[in-house]
Amino acid sequence: MSPRAPIRVKTLTIDGREVGAREDQTILEVARENNIFIPTLCNLAGLSNAGACRLCIVEVKGVNKLLPACVTRVAEGMEVTVNSERLAKFRRGILELVFAERNHVCSVCVTNGHCDLQSMALRLGMTHVHFPYQYPRMPVDASHERFVMDHNRCILCARCVRVCDEIEGAHTWDIMSRGVDCRVITDLAQPWGKSESCTGCGKCVQVCPTGALSEKGKSVAEMSKRRQFLPYLTLMREGRR
Amino acid sequence: MPRQTIVIDPVTRIEGHSKISLHLDEEGHVEEAYFHVTQFRGFEKFCEGRPYYEMPSLMARICGICPVSHLIASAKACDAILAVRIPENAVRLRKVLNLAQILQSHALSFFYLSVPDLLLGMDSDPAARNVFGVMQANPAMARDGVRLRQFGQQIIEWLAGKRIHPAWVVPGGVSSPLTAENRDRILAGIPEALAIATRALDWFKNEMERFREEIRSFANFPTLFMGLVGDDGGLEHYSGKLRFLDAGGHVVADYADTTYPDYLAEIAHPWTYLKTSFYKPLGYPDGVYRVGPLARLNIIDGVSTPRASQEWAEFRELDRGAVLSSFYYHYARLIEILYALEKIEQLLRDPDALDANVRAHASVNNFEGIGVSEAPRGTLMHHYKVDRDGLITWANLIIATGHNNAAMNRGVLQVARHFVHGNKLSEGMLNRVEAVIRTFDPCLSCSTHADGRLALEMELRSHEGELLDVCHTR
Repeated sequence: MSPRAPIRVKTLTIDGREVGAREDQTILEVARENNIFIPTLCNLAGLSNAGACRLCIVEVKGVNKLLPACVTRVAEGMEVTVNSERLAKFRRGILELVFAERNHVCSVCVTNGHCDLQSMALRLGMTHVHFPYQYPRMPVDASHERFVMDHNRCILCARCVRVCDEIEGAHTWDIMSRGVDCRVITDLAQPWGKSESCTGCGKCVQVCPTGALSEKGKSVAEMSKRRQFLPYLTLMREGRR
Repeated sequence: MPRQTIVIDPVTRIEGHSKISLHLDEEGHVEEAYFHVTQFRGFEKFCEGRPYYEMPSLMARICGICPVSHLIASAKACDAILAVRIPENAVRLRKVLNLAQILQSHALSFFYLSVPDLLLGMDSDPAARNVFGVMQANPAMARDGVRLRQFGQQIIEWLAGKRIHPAWVVPGGVSSPLTAENRDRILAGIPEALAIATRALDWFKNEMERFREEIRSFANFPTLFMGLVGDDGGLEHYSGKLRFLDAGGHVVADYADTTYPDYLAEIAHPWTYLKTSFYKPLGYPDGVYRVGPLARLNIIDGVSTPRASQEWAEFRELDRGAVLSSFYYHYARLIEILYALEKIEQLLRDPDALDANVRAHASVNNFEGIGVSEAPRGTLMHHYKVDRDGLITWANLIIATGHNNAAMNRGVLQVARHFVHGNKLSEGMLNRVEAVIRTFDPCLSCSTHADGRLALEMELRSHEGELLDVCHTR
């Protein structure tokens, strides 16, 4: 058995602050260790990173495009900016696009007051949506006995896809089509209630950041999500391997 | 003289957007009158495909004045879809909420919208004939109105978390029980509110003499009356049977509220977005009926609270059969305010008012549900159909103002015939035409599930359609 290669330590700056990091860490992880806030929606502790929402974009000196902090590894001497006027504007723009793309009607939503998207919009100071709303006609899949999927509220973060695949091991969820036609599906785009792979564990519902996935029968503003289980579950499953 | 049309557009100091047109014959007499509701919203259509449990909150958005009424009728329709009997205390708390809604809405209708006419006079300067004019002429009365409405809204907030569009009423009951602290706050406010209600009632009874002509001509004609009554025939706003009463004061029939399609039908007219409903056995237009405070006090056999009961007995002395003049809607509203306050106190003094069992849980057991309750303006009906998964496939709402539509039209005609003559319009004439609408306290946003404000404009047209005179109300 060969000894493991030693993990190297890199030093970089985030918003001018010098920080140290392991070479296998992402900018987001290092920022969080140092209590530097980078907004995210698709990221969730205990799941792999997907780089889906792009809210965590940062500026790296010498790179002329913006990089998603959740999937960008640190490098020696990196100079990262996570807070700037430009980034704040882009992040608000990303959120506005999310709101414009589907029908996010907070006032009658089951997760009103407990929604990651809603609180992020508040936190980032989004006051208006400057893009024309698309008002797509989106179906609601209420065929499952205990859960409901409302595509109107989905932001395509793919948390459900990842938790089902990585933690539950069922891989019931997936994403089909491209661009604005993208949609999360169960099995091969079967009604959720017909899915043979779904175990009905409900993890997807708990990790969903919005009211897209909810427990049936919860009324408006009643659906708050419980996610504490996730890091422990990950830890226990890794420990058994 | 040519035939003419007078159009009042927009009608003011009512909730919603409408206009009135009056057609004059060659002699300048009013021949026909129409009350046009000019707004449309389409709630019944866009709720299709949504889960049933979203309906109370979705439907509450129809109106910012009576969201609670829609919450209650909608939640009752959803209870029927779940096929559950909701816990006793959930019924009690919903009743308190509904009465608080009636209290605040009646206070708004009377003090803010109608007192300007009653206190300052139908012919007074329209620029001052509003709630601000009332504040100047009789500050104590204006304060009473504001205070009473505030108390009603406050009760709603203490029960349901917020005043407008609370999400507290849910299919199966309510989402949280009442706390002892909030119960005591409500009870502490009752005496002051009762004093205000008594003052207003005494004032109105004194003033009635001055309005003899209005009483005689404000939609004063025989119609049927409809509303919920309790199982004992008493005044009831939450649940019971639907009673029809004829103008002579005889009960025509008592029906189960959930079978309304058997005895009620709606027709649409090309000149208004507001559908007109009628009593099927008599057909249209003979099956015209009225709902709301006047109807409720006409159809019942008694009132279960002491002071309102006395006032009701006095009210019923006004006519030998049913009380027919719509001017008395105001009177009935004040008696209902008194009743609401007394009843809220009764309900909250019940030892089980703080019981934490306030919600029944179930999933879709029926594919159709009907919820009926009494809103401030009259009987409110929500009717939904869902698919196997609980998604709405069809919805129909009949709102108080729709029930009253035919009577309002006839009322406009009556008052116009009485007050409008010749081809010159006076502001006082117009105001009386509007005031008859105001007695019904219509909510057009609710009844067309539509958006808008209500103000009135009158046009005078020749029989060839030529515009002779226009008059805007302010």
